[in-house]
Amino acid sequence: MTGSVDPTIINLIIFVLAVFVGYHVIWNVTPALHTPLMSLTNAISSVIIVGAILAAGASVLDMGSTMGVIAVALASVNVAGGFLVTQRMLEMFKKKQPKGEKREG
Amino acid sequence: MSANLVALWYLVASVCFILALKGLSHPETARRGNYFGMAGMAIAVITTLAIVAKGHLEYILIAMAIGGAIGAFVARRVQMTQMPELVAAMHSLVGMAAVLIAVAAVNNPAAFGVPDPMPTGNRLELFIGTFVGAITFSGSVIAFGKLAGLGKHFRLFSSAPVVFKGQHLLNLALALVMIGFGVAFFLAPDKGWVPFAVMAAIAFLLGVLIIIPIGGADMPVVISMLNSYSGWAAAGIGFSLNNSMLIIAGSLVGSSGAILSYIMCKAMNRAFLSVILGGFGAAEGTAAAGAEQKTVRSGSADDAAFLMSNAESVIIVPGYGLAVARAQHAVKELAQKLTEKGVTVRYAIHPVAGRMPGHMNVLLAEAEVPYDQVFEMEDINSEFGSTDVALVLGANDVVNPLAYEKGSPIYGMPILDVVKARTVLVNKRSMASGYAGLDNPLFYMDKTMMVFGDAKKVVEDIVKALE
Repeated sequence: MTGSVDPTIINLIIFVLAVFVGYHVIWNVTPALHTPLMSLTNAISSVIIVGAILAAGASVLDMGSTMGVIAVALASVNVAGGFLVTQRMLEMFKKKQPKGEKREG
Repeated sequence: MSANLVALWYLVASVCFILALKGLSHPETARRGNYFGMAGMAIAVITTLAIVAKGHLEYILIAMAIGGAIGAFVARRVQMTQMPELVAAMHSLVGMAAVLIAVAAVNNPAAFGVPDPMPTGNRLELFIGTFVGAITFSGSVIAFGKLAGLGKHFRLFSSAPVVFKGQHLLNLALALVMIGFGVAFFLAPDKGWVPFAVMAAIAFLLGVLIIIPIGGADMPVVISMLNSYSGWAAAGIGFSLNNSMLIIAGSLVGSSGAILSYIMCKAMNRAFLSVILGGFGAAEGTAAAGAEQKTVRSGSADDAAFLMSNAESVIIVPGYGLAVARAQHAVKELAQKLTEKGVTVRYAIHPVAGRMPGHMNVLLAEAEVPYDQVFEMEDINSEFGSTDVALVLGANDVVNPLAYEKGSPIYGMPILDVVKARTVLVNKRSMASGYAGLDNPLFYMDKTMMVFGDAKKVVEDIVKALE
């Protein structure tokens, strides 16, 4: 064993572990909230905006950074839209909950 | 900011995303979960902005403001019945963003801290991120069209499956050609623009071809699948940019969508592959019409009101027809009226009712139906036997007792046992067969009464009759 671990291998380790975490967390989501789950995961997947910002922020203005700026705009729609619409839906699930009542579940 | 500090902030954001999803395990913790998601996103964005602070920040901020305003506007305005369309549209944006980022990465890998020319390993990952992103984009556009009912204007958006001879063979061939250009992209000594562009173009085409043969009622699977793809696309881009947060967030979303697809397929008792290959229901569509003339008992809203007001317990089964007619508020009013008369009212939700996972739950929540009256299939199926009236609103295949009969196309599909209720009221617009193209014996039973008409109109009439 010589040298350091290839970044791709480290990425792969992170990937596999994250899939495991995802698998276990998602199975615990109550079926009633599957639609908010979709809009929330949608918002989370728009974290791709990070890549878009890096592309757009390149010090040279060229085709690549233009693509980046467009990608930032597209992903921003999702960031705002995804979280807000999830919020709106979850508010609806709250309203009907009478105050003080605890539900086991 | 040092690279280490950036990585640590990204770790914090990733943990926030995990907590966000964890929050959804219960309606009470769900809102907190969403706040975690927002916090994670804010951390991710601010950290990244700090990295590029020396670049052209102004364009980025303008783009964020424009996109954010559009997103916020849509999120406020969208009707709950339009949720499936909105989600499909948002998937397409993630897919497109992934492709654009990939283009930028091919153009200037150094902007992402990747060596120029890009090493083969990063190219492989970029290839995956690009084609998954492209398929997500065009597939979601088609799904959006189907869900928004744009089939009248453009045939590819038809909610009926669009099939042609040799379709699967063509898709397979295209996929192989795409992979071939992917290999050419890895091996290209220069940036590899040509193979990259051809590969992306084929992927866009494939996205269209994969989704057109899938029919309307299989949409819950499609939309979950595209949800999953959008996550894998983000993860793929994360791999090529060596960004652990993108990998983590992408994998969470990817596995979420995959699990939802699995749940939806199971609820239809269909193999994932057969849903994806599509075309279901296209052939059998006319078979039902040829059957011998059977008589149905149809009644008016007044009859329905009479039956329900004399019942002790009523279970309401909402389906896609309720969403189309936007009848959720009327239904809630009906339930309220019945409750006032001392009738126990509950709702039974089939996992694939509607056009996306959890569609009916959201509609009922919008109408402020208390969620302890809303039951999932496995929790309420045993209750139908002791129920006086089951009211089926715009649902068909999910209550079709043919699922118990060997040899029927839907044999083995888990269904809501409305057939065991003492009386069954079915509201439909007409006697047309359901998505599966199957006749439904439930409609011809002696204990069944059909109430024809638009779900909203019928329910409102019943409410009036109850007064």
